[in-house]
Amino acid sequence: MESIIECITQNKFWQFHGGIHPPEQKALTSGKPIKLLPLPKQLILPLQQHIGRQGDLLVKVGDKVLKGQALTQSFNPMAVPVHAPTSGTISAIKKSPIAHPSGLSELCLFIEVDFEDTWIKREICQDYRQLSNQEIINKIADAGIAGMGGAGFPTHIKVSTTPDINFLIINAAECEPYITADDLLMCEQSEAIIDGIKILDKLLKPAFILIGIENNKPQAIKALQQATSAIEKVKVCVLPTKYPTGGEKQLIKMLTGKEVKSGSLPIHSGIVVQNVATCFAISDAVINDIPLIKRVVTLTGQALSKPQNVWALLGTPVHHLLEHTGFIRENEDVTQANASVTNPPVIMGGPLMGFSILNELVPVVKTSNCILAPSKAEMPSAFDNNANEVECIRCGQCSDVCPSQLLPQELQWSAKAKDHQQLAKLNLFDCIDCGACAYVCPSQIPLVQYYRIAKAEIRQQQQLDVKAEKAKIRFEARKLRLEKEKIAREEKHKKAAAARKAVMNKKSADGSSASSAVAAALARVKAKKAANAKPEQTNENQQKTQAKPLENNDNVQETASDVQDEKSQVKAAIARAKAKRLAKKTQSETNKAAEESSAPVKTEGSTLDTEKVPTEEPAIETDEKTAPAIEKPITNKLEKEPALVQSPDDKKAKIAAAVAKAKEKAKARKSKSLAEENSSPADNEKIKPAVDSEDSKKQDDKKAKIAAAVAKAKAKAKAKAQQNLAKKKEQQQDSPKPSNEE
Amino acid sequence: MNILIAILFLGLLGAIFGALLGYASVRFHVEGDPIVEQLDALLPQTQCGQCGYPGCKPYAKALADGEAINKCAPGGEDTIKKIADLLGVDVQPLDETHEVDNAPTVAFIIEEDCIGCTKCIQACPVDAILGAAKQMHTIIIDECTGCDLCVAPCPVDCIEMRPIPQTIQNWQWDLSKIAVKQID
Repeated sequence: MESIIECITQNKFWQFHGGIHPPEQKALTSGKPIKLLPLPKQLILPLQQHIGRQGDLLVKVGDKVLKGQALTQSFNPMAVPVHAPTSGTISAIKKSPIAHPSGLSELCLFIEVDFEDTWIKREICQDYRQLSNQEIINKIADAGIAGMGGAGFPTHIKVSTTPDINFLIINAAECEPYITADDLLMCEQSEAIIDGIKILDKLLKPAFILIGIENNKPQAIKALQQATSAIEKVKVCVLPTKYPTGGEKQLIKMLTGKEVKSGSLPIHSGIVVQNVATCFAISDAVINDIPLIKRVVTLTGQALSKPQNVWALLGTPVHHLLEHTGFIRENEDVTQANASVTNPPVIMGGPLMGFSILNELVPVVKTSNCILAPSKAEMPSAFDNNANEVECIRCGQCSDVCPSQLLPQELQWSAKAKDHQQLAKLNLFDCIDCGACAYVCPSQIPLVQYYRIAKAEIRQQQQLDVKAEKAKIRFEARKLRLEKEKIAREEKHKKAAAARKAVMNKKSADGSSASSAVAAALARVKAKKAANAKPEQTNENQQKTQAKPLENNDNVQETASDVQDEKSQVKAAIARAKAKRLAKKTQSETNKAAEESSAPVKTEGSTLDTEKVPTEEPAIETDEKTAPAIEKPITNKLEKEPALVQSPDDKKAKIAAAVAKAKEKAKARKSKSLAEENSSPADNEKIKPAVDSEDSKKQDDKKAKIAAAVAKAKAKAKAKAQQNLAKKKEQQQDSPKPSNEE
Repeated sequence: MNILIAILFLGLLGAIFGALLGYASVRFHVEGDPIVEQLDALLPQTQCGQCGYPGCKPYAKALADGEAINKCAPGGEDTIKKIADLLGVDVQPLDETHEVDNAPTVAFIIEEDCIGCTKCIQACPVDAILGAAKQMHTIIIDECTGCDLCVAPCPVDCIEMRPIPQTIQNWQWDLSKIAVKQID
């Protein structure tokens, strides 16, 4: 680093690659002082005047604003506020053309100027050295300062970084032809600029401060040297004039010999570059509490009769500036405020990096340093959109002048072919848009325009890629969610079905619902069929007994039905649901049928129950003695009841229903008996029919009778079965377990 | 005898390398078809289903299995070209059954006409529609892929496709408007 300083003190500088020497044309304005213009009638303030984001509006239409009042606010660090450049009334907040090559409209604040220029209350800081760094940074942020050199990067972000800074470089090169705004500012405001530099020094604590200035500004150099003579740290570096010395990376290379790597920022090399106009704005903001509301703009070009630098309030429409500098129009009829395309053309920015503005209502913003109105003789191409571009002759001059050491010719091919990958390989994004390649091109190829188009396309493609990625993620997420929902729904349905089943089982156990009984019966019939279909299966461990065949052949049917349990259950559920619906219609019939067919129910029930017994076996096994006791009375009844047998075909189902009901009851009882194994099941059996009959009394006397009869029959059958099973048990060891009943 | 040794030796070599390859294929097994991922990355992810597949991924899979490459209407010629490059097949013009105009659009719900039926919400493949039953719906423009799928289900035809407005952010340079020429 010492060697760098040594070189600088000896006025030895490094060279960046390439560069051009276009005619300077600075004499048009460099000799004249910065003029203060009368206030325009109306100011148009775009909400976003810099890189980053726009702030939130603080004012509404009709509000009176004072000079220096903040109009937007944001807590986003990449947003800087805009301030009212003078006092007046907000007349509109609407879209208006802004200083952008597209000529597109963005949201702007329209201020109707009241010509009183009343300041908001300011707090002038006597001694900024008393302020903490954070206070200064806040002041800079609140003043809305964004880099005034061109890109408009929010300054408070640049100055609040805290790695060790070796060099603070003040960019006073102003290398583009015509522009003299910084030159004049340095001549007239050198003290304020030095104050700004001192503030930056306090914030960044750099080892050295280098002011890079081209040797075509002798007065400014003199002024700066005088102002900085007392400060050891600051070196005014007078550089040879070459375009684009003012480029950030080029200036760093010239002053320090360091090259900023592609994709990295100067801050990573311990270097911060600030524009000289930004330094002035910083000192104004910190010391005088004046936010960034005005800037020096060079009004130049041969189409102006009085080219001059002016202090322009931000938001001043270009036509106001042109009027005060004697703009010579070719057609007077386009002087209207709504003039669409300016004639002759007006360029915002310098001749190499600027863009023509399509509308004279375009306002001056924080980054506008020059308004160039060339005459036809001066810049014929500006009048002729159909550039007479011819084929590239591969002369290679463009790569000779490229300050970023790119291959402009190669880039051009790829840009024309829209080969974005190749462009990335050729480091298109290191192009600084300086336009040197296009300037030297003998074929008049507007190379830099191709690069700009390609860059915009690539950026848009990147945005689309991001969007596509997002869409993909959202699509996948949605698919996943729908699948989950589907599973959840199925689960819910299953549960609901189970709940319905449980309710129905309960109902039929109470003997209160004939309809569910019908359903159960239907289910059973179906299950029987299923069981018959596969009678060869022999596993009898399970004990679901919903489905029982109506045959007397115990053993075979037992095993078959056990195996078929699950299937038949499902079928039963479906059948039940169907039957339930049907039953609603025919409920009255059902009741009648139940009356008529009470006898057959008994007979069938008894046979059924004999089959059913194995499942209940373990529960009742211990109580074998008590069971036979009940047998007798039931048999008596059974003898009587067959007399009533009519069994018409259409009533079969109903009969079956009754049977099923009875069965359910039996099951309920069985569960009870399981619960209280030691208590006598005979008692339970006696109580149960009683309870059932009580319940059914309320509904139907006959039903109650049926239920009671069924229960009795069942008890009898059970007793029989128990006996049988007991015998069997002794023979067989693989007895069924009474675990999962309901 | 020599012949036998040679055969044995070569056979042994073959067996060794076969085993090696077998091991490698198991050890470095790649789940899924990487070409599908690459194809999927080329597709515009509008999930519009205009290709006849329910989303871009399924179409990518179909492409890998030899489906015609010219069915992606939102992607247009660019996408077809990229797919052709990747698969090493010839570029085909866009399928004639698809609209030629594939300018980017976003859906827009005319909110005063919306009856809150949620049909468009169910149709949207990227959940870009906000709303609830009997509440007015609206499109989240940033999430909308312009797939068009919500337009048909709307019972009151209150959804229309609008071109994306041009802003500073998505503006593209066209002809060189600025002079970059010799200044004499």
